[in-house]
Amino acid sequence: MVEIKTAEELNKKYLREGMWPTIFCNGCGHGVVLEFTFWALEELGWDMDKVIFASGIGCSSRLPGYINADGLHTTHGRAIAFATGIKAANPDFNIIVFTGDGDCAGIGGNHFIHAARRNIDMTVIMINNFIYGMTGGQLAPTAPLGSIATTAPYGNIEHPFDICELAKALGANYVARWPVSHPYQPIKSVKEGLEKKGFSLLEFLAPCPTAYGRRNKLGDIKKHWAWYDNNTILIEDYDRIMKYGKEEEKNEIKDKMRIGVFQNIQKSGFFEQYEKLVERLAVKEPKTKGGKK
Amino acid sequence: MKYIRDPKRIREVLGKKVQFILGDMACVYGGLLAGCSFFGGYPITPASEVAEGMARSLPRVGGTYIQMEDEIGSIAAVIGAAWGGAKSMTATSGPGFSLMMENYGFAVMTETPCVIVNVQRTGPSTGQPTLGAQGDMMQVRWGTHGDLETFAFAPSTVQECLDFTIEAFNLSEKYRNPACVMTDGEVGHLRERIVVPDEKDLKIIDRINATIDKEKFIPFSESQTRKSKVPDFPTFGTGYRTYVTGLTHNEKGFPATDKQPDHERLVKRITSKITDDADKLVMIEQLNVDDADTVFVTYGATARPAESAMEIARKKGKKVGLFRLKLVWPFPEKEIIKLAKNVDKIIVPEMNLGQIVHPVREFSEGYCEVVSAPKIGGEMHFPDELYKYLEDK
Repeated sequence: MVEIKTAEELNKKYLREGMWPTIFCNGCGHGVVLEFTFWALEELGWDMDKVIFASGIGCSSRLPGYINADGLHTTHGRAIAFATGIKAANPDFNIIVFTGDGDCAGIGGNHFIHAARRNIDMTVIMINNFIYGMTGGQLAPTAPLGSIATTAPYGNIEHPFDICELAKALGANYVARWPVSHPYQPIKSVKEGLEKKGFSLLEFLAPCPTAYGRRNKLGDIKKHWAWYDNNTILIEDYDRIMKYGKEEEKNEIKDKMRIGVFQNIQKSGFFEQYEKLVERLAVKEPKTKGGKK
Repeated sequence: MKYIRDPKRIREVLGKKVQFILGDMACVYGGLLAGCSFFGGYPITPASEVAEGMARSLPRVGGTYIQMEDEIGSIAAVIGAAWGGAKSMTATSGPGFSLMMENYGFAVMTETPCVIVNVQRTGPSTGQPTLGAQGDMMQVRWGTHGDLETFAFAPSTVQECLDFTIEAFNLSEKYRNPACVMTDGEVGHLRERIVVPDEKDLKIIDRINATIDKEKFIPFSESQTRKSKVPDFPTFGTGYRTYVTGLTHNEKGFPATDKQPDHERLVKRITSKITDDADKLVMIEQLNVDDADTVFVTYGATARPAESAMEIARKKGKKVGLFRLKLVWPFPEKEIIKLAKNVDKIIVPEMNLGQIVHPVREFSEGYCEVVSAPKIGGEMHFPDELYKYLEDK
């Protein structure tokens, strides 16, 4: 295998060039997440014929189209359920689901919950830009309090959804959140998530300058990235301050978004259990009443 | 674990050749015989026995059963499994069928073979969960948005539940379009004698898998290997690296959403691949039609009291016939026209307020009188109720 050193070489190997140009706006974070994924896949050296992508509806869900691999671009919110079927038909596949905050945490919440609970062997990469970007900037379930959206013109009054906490509570094997402004840890996390048997969730905070940034005074991409630096905190730092910090230190960080690896465990996955069930049944032949004619 | 259809194993799991079973279970038997290896389901009366039967049987034949979180997830997983190479099915009833409508359209647009068993109950909404009806006969045709063709079988017996589930798989695989077995709570919960067909008597059709050079393969156009509007199937994982989308797409499968000709070309191909074969896609049964002046046009459970009413009438010397639709959609237009030209009156009994009477009327227009004989409320027509339609003449 030729060793890939540059992003250009990486893109040549993994991108489906016939689909260019992309639909993404200037400053959009989706391409960065795609790049992270490619680097992780390259490090793993997987056969791309056996890596299957699925997605729902929204900007992030367009990503599989740009990848030179099998991809199922499905209906809004349902990608994880479709992916469950793909994996069931062929457990040799490595399944990656690209989804957004609206697609996954909004309309697709129930499928997400149950795939995580079943610990279905797949990696869900949820790109969270706090907004319904493709439809022009409506309020998303992950939007911070006070966010301006076309459907929250006076500021968001709903508490945002922490999908990582949810996945952790459901017992997903691997859960991590990173902003796209961090270069190295995300690649490591994607690789860990992909390698992990069972359900993995990777949440990426990614800017949408067009639909979110512009309305929330983060239109300049530098401001957007600075927002991530000022409003996120490593899980380890958060836990340390909450345990040992002074009251004012605690107050300062209590509303920040935690980033890092939330969970890294090794619970048995659905298909592992299912194979055991099949083996158990194969040993014990089913009783047929009266035999065959 | 990869599924390989093993006829011996399937028969071991099914048991005796002659059995006395539920209509719902017969759908399970049909699915297993057809080589179904994935079932995604969600409990709903009166269709739950299909999921229960699959949960018992599929792991024993090497297939996979998953109880999904809802019916949207069920049909989604079924479609995903089809792209993973499985023959796959689900079963539901009215409320679940309503939930499936969006992804049903996705299956049509992406030309995904899969089977849905709908054990119909009454509606609107939750209706009468434990009682049968034929309320979804138009929904199966027009329930999802956009232009499409659909396959809808209507079994009248438990044996037909088995046979038509196999047939649904066959049409679905052949045309790469979802197919529905539109049974109902009456037939689904009816217990009757069935004969499990021998392997040598089974006709099983599988999708044509893509085999040509990967560089030359065009996934969403007419077949490149035979004369057919149905493209060869590039199963995921076989190296064709296909992009499959519910968006209007070009022949390569890439989104092509803003030009009129792209959409027209695609949708006309995926509908005409079925309508071109309309003459081959006729499954009807005709009894005493040759000399009849009045004919019941009917389907599913309702065909049974209609047949009894016909027999009563025949004994009294009335010239009454029965025309039964086994495959309701695609609608057998030519056969209905032929029938309408030869009779004075068509009576359409249905367990709804009149659904299939509409296409019957459409194609009988100007030839004969068409009367709707509806009954709702979860009770089948009694033969004497239908006989009254003959007396009124």
